[in-house]
Order: sequence, then structure tokens, then C-alpha cells
Amino acid sequence: MTDLALEKAGTATVRRLSPAPFGIGALLIVAYGVLPLVASEYLFDAILTPFLALALAGLGLNILIGYAGQVSLGSSAFMAVGAYAAYNLALRLPGLPFLVDILLAGLVAAAVGLLFGLPSLRLRGFYLAVSTLAAQFFVQWVFNKVGWFSNDSPSGIVTVPPLSVAGLPLDSSAGRYLFALGVVTAVTLAVWRLVESPTGRALVALRDHETAARVIGIPVLRVKLLAFAVSSFIIGVAGVLWAFAYLRTVEPAGFNLDRSFQILFIVIIGGLASLRGAFLGAALIVVFPLLLSRLGEALLGGLFDSGVLEMSQRIVLGLLIVTFLIAEPAGLTALLDRAWSRIAGRFRRAG
Amino acid sequence: MPAVLSEPFVSPAAGSVPSALAVEALSLSFGGVTALSDISFAVAPGEIRAVIGPNGAGKSSLLNVVSGLYRPDRGRVWLGGHSFAAVPTDRLAKLGVSRSFQNLALFKGLSVLDNVAAGLSHRLRAGVLAQVIGLPAARRERAEAQAKAEELLAFLHLDGVRDRPAGTLPYGMQKRVELARALVARPRLLLLDEPMAGMTLTEKRDLSGHIRAARDDLGTTIVLIEHDVGVVMGLSDRIAVLDYGRLIADGTPDQIRNDPVVIDAYLGVAHDLEAGEGI
Repeated sequence: MTDLALEKAGTATVRRLSPAPFGIGALLIVAYGVLPLVASEYLFDAILTPFLALALAGLGLNILIGYAGQVSLGSSAFMAVGAYAAYNLALRLPGLPFLVDILLAGLVAAAVGLLFGLPSLRLRGFYLAVSTLAAQFFVQWVFNKVGWFSNDSPSGIVTVPPLSVAGLPLDSSAGRYLFALGVVTAVTLAVWRLVESPTGRALVALRDHETAARVIGIPVLRVKLLAFAVSSFIIGVAGVLWAFAYLRTVEPAGFNLDRSFQILFIVIIGGLASLRGAFLGAALIVVFPLLLSRLGEALLGGLFDSGVLEMSQRIVLGLLIVTFLIAEPAGLTALLDRAWSRIAGRFRRAG
Repeated sequence: MPAVLSEPFVSPAAGSVPSALAVEALSLSFGGVTALSDISFAVAPGEIRAVIGPNGAGKSSLLNVVSGLYRPDRGRVWLGGHSFAAVPTDRLAKLGVSRSFQNLALFKGLSVLDNVAAGLSHRLRAGVLAQVIGLPAARRERAEAQAKAEELLAFLHLDGVRDRPAGTLPYGMQKRVELARALVARPRLLLLDEPMAGMTLTEKRDLSGHIRAARDDLGTTIVLIEHDVGVVMGLSDRIAVLDYGRLIADGTPDQIRNDPVVIDAYLGVAHDLEAGEGI
């Protein structure tokens, strides 16, 4: 009976029409093999590297919001914790390899996330969201107030040491992009394994019906705190990438509430509880404003000054987000799935 | 800890066999409203016990006390030889107790198979890192859980929908998935809160068959709340009747059918029942 059941499970998986492996393979070839050869410095520095860092932050937040169903508005605080932790580790313990710094920075962010996740054991929904704002303001305040974190730099802005891994300098645009890409690939793989694991299923169970989850013996408290810790770890690592691979400086103002909302929008626009969603959402959030600004300058550059243009870009972006969410509340992922099934359907009819 | 209840409560019906479930002098009130008042009864192992009564009689409150979601003001609950002033919900599955809910309580975003496999969560030992890395022990216990879930799907004729998200299934089928999730851990005691509410006659007949099979094939003791008196009379070994939070009768279907107090409070005039079983 058991063997039979397992056999059946095998055939069912094989039969399912899945474009995913080919798509991911192609994306990886382009990302690792093609882009480093053809992309310009501008493309690396202004688009690809921030896209990777924000996609990773979105991935981390999606574990919390999309999978575990716990709302958080303080993501950029954990990015800040990761960035400052990595900076201080590199500064004060120069002997440590940078990859260890990243891991430790992630763990520090996870510990802080765990702390600010404690209210989730009592609060939910809107009330929890408000309590996570505390993380946002507290962390930003601490980094502003305590000079030690920024090595007593008078401006509060610190420059991070150039990136190098295992003696290999990665301080070119392409090098920093490749480093970010490597980290994002590894973390995404681990997250995929996590959400497909029984623990990942437990996160969704918690989101869909907490009482039922408790009754069937899912350790609800532990799973909730795990979601906060894992999510903060990943967002912390994203913060390290943001500081070391993208900006090459760290300052508290870079991790403000705006950034937290940006990450939240990435998750919502991309699609809740979807790994692809974080990447699609980040692509939209990073690329779209640039496109809008180019378009605005080309069409109206002579008529208005740049301040007016920038303001109107924000308004247009906001309107687009609202329109998009009304038209497709399930996010870009759902849009893409529908498009794919239409194409696949056409092929089936033809063949 | 009261010394009075130092020995397991023994069901009068079961002789010397310890009961699968016993409640002793349970009382519960919300604010000024009494939900349960001084309720005692015992369910013998392997019994199918129905709890009936008008709306608001305290049936769901009783199940919620037994599963630890409510803490009673007074009284104790006996489960498998242990006595509790408040049942620890987190340990319910380990105690061999599972339940379904009056309103659907499935994990809508998970597949049918994952919903049912989740019923074995309390048996998983592997840590999250072991699962992510895919260590052999983690892989083995997951495969075992899935195989057991597949068996349950076959048992309840759900194998055709194993990969569908549970939230997309029709109502009656979702009820059956919930039963599968409750049964997959092979509980000693299964609590069902209106498992047939909103079902068609055919669906009710099927589900009755499944419930009886769970008892006959898996040896599960079953306590169910149900409004359909026809179904209850045919399915249960014994019936407990609640009214305004009090236990007004406890007996075999025949005894209950002819109990003047029950007829007065709940069943209505006796000849109605005899004319049409399925009210």
C-alpha cells in the first residue's frame, strides 16, 4: 500500500507540466554567463545590483507576510542591522573572512528580528503591524544616537571596505554584481528548500488557520518566531548587499520607513507566498522609476524643472501600483501564470 | 489538586475498562451566560457517541473544553488515563486526540495531501536545518508522513484531488479532507463538530459510512456533534443530550428516542420521529 502510494506520487509529479526548471536554467545562464560580459557599468550599478539586494529583502519579507501571514512594516530596520553588523565585523575583526561576516551579520539581524517578533505571540494583523513599526524607529534611532556603530564618524555616514572574497578582489561593478548574485542564488535555493519542507508547510498552516494548526500539534509559538528569525536573517543579508555591493556606504537615513514600504510593495506587487514574486516585484520597483524618469525627461524635460518631474514620477508610480493591485490582487506572479497557461493552451490545441 | 479524583474515572457502561474520554462536573460560563453546568459523562473506547441538543445548548463549548480551547471554570477532563483541569491544546495530538471544526478549518493554501500530512506534524523530529539540507532522517520522516497521508486519501476516496489546493474543493469534499487530516495520526479519540452540516443526503450517508469505518477499521473512539437526528440515531452507540448547558439525558438511541424529557426539550412529539427518520 505504501509503496503503491509512493509510486503514484512519482508519476503525478512527472506528469505535471512545469516550465520552471527550463526558465530558471535560462535565467541563471543569462545572469552568470551573459550579463557579466555584455552589461555596462551603469546597468550593474544602477539596476542589477540594487535589484538583487531588494529582491532578497523581498524574499525575506515574503516568508513572514506571504507564508507565515505575519505583517511587518519594519523590514529596513533589519537591513540596517545587517549592514551595520557587517561593517563593524569587518572593521573590528579584520581577520574574519567576509563570508563569515555576512553569516554573522545575518544572525545578528535574526536575533533582533526575534526580539521584535515577540509581540506576534500576542498581537495579530493591524496591531502587529503597528508594533513592528517600533523596530523601524528604534533601530534607526540607535544607529543615529550611538556613535560606536558608525565608528564615531561625525557625519554618521561610513564608507565600507572594498569587497573581496577569499583574497579575490570584487571591487569592480561586475565583481560586486557577481558577488550579490552568488549570495542571492544561495539564499534563494535555501528558501526554496525551506518553503517546500514540512516547516514551510507549517508556516502556511499557521497563516491559514492558527487554531487548527495548534490542535494538530504544530508548535505555533516556535514556528512564528522561526518565521521572524529567518525573515530577518535574509533581510539582514540583503542589507549587507545593499551596503557593500550597491551603495558602498552605510547611513541610518538609507534605511528609513520609505525603504520598508518599498520592500512591502515588492512583496505585494510581486505576489504573496511566491519566490518568483519577490524578483518580479523588485524588478518593477527598481526599473520602473528609471524608465519613467527617462521618459519624463525625453518628453517633458524642456517644459518643467527636475523637481516637478521627480514629484510627478512618484505620483504616476503610485497610481500604477494602485491600478495594478485592483486589476491583479494576486500580483505579477499570477499575471505571469495566466499568460503562461494561455500560451501552453494554445500550443496544446495546435499540437 | 483535588484528592477526590486520584483514580481514573471509569465509565459505568464499560465496566472496568478506563474510558477514552470522561468529563467530571464541568462548568463553564462566559460573563453571566452559563455555557456548561455540572456536566459529567464517560465515553467507552471504541464507542461512537453523539452529543445533541438545541442551538446554544453548549455542545461546541463542550468540545472546545475537551480540546483545551476553553478553560472550564470547574471540573476535570480525563483523556487516556490523564486528568486535566485545562487540557493542553499543544499536547492534544500527542495524547491521541484530534478534532474537526464546525466551520471549515482547512489550510486553504496547501494541497489536499499537505493538509492531511500536516496532521502528523507532532511526529516530526527533524529540525528545520535538517529539512532544508535534506538529511536522510528528515527525508525519511517526510516520506513516511506523505505515505500515511496517501493511505488516508485512498481510505476516504480523496486520491483524485491530492494535489488540488484545499480551498478550491467543493464544501462536502473539504469536510472530508478535514476528516482525513484528523484521522491520519490514527487518534484514539476523534472529536467531530457538526461534520455533516450543510451536506446533501448522499454526502451525509457517505460520511456516516466513513465515520463508522474509522471506528471499525482504525478502532477510533468518536464523539460527534450532529443536528440530523436521523443520522445520529443510526450511527451512534450512545447519545448525550444537552439543553441550556445541562446534560438532560445520556443513553442508547432507543432510550433517547423514548425519553420524555428529551422529546420535550429537543426532539418534538414522538410520532413525528417515527414517521420520518430524517428530520
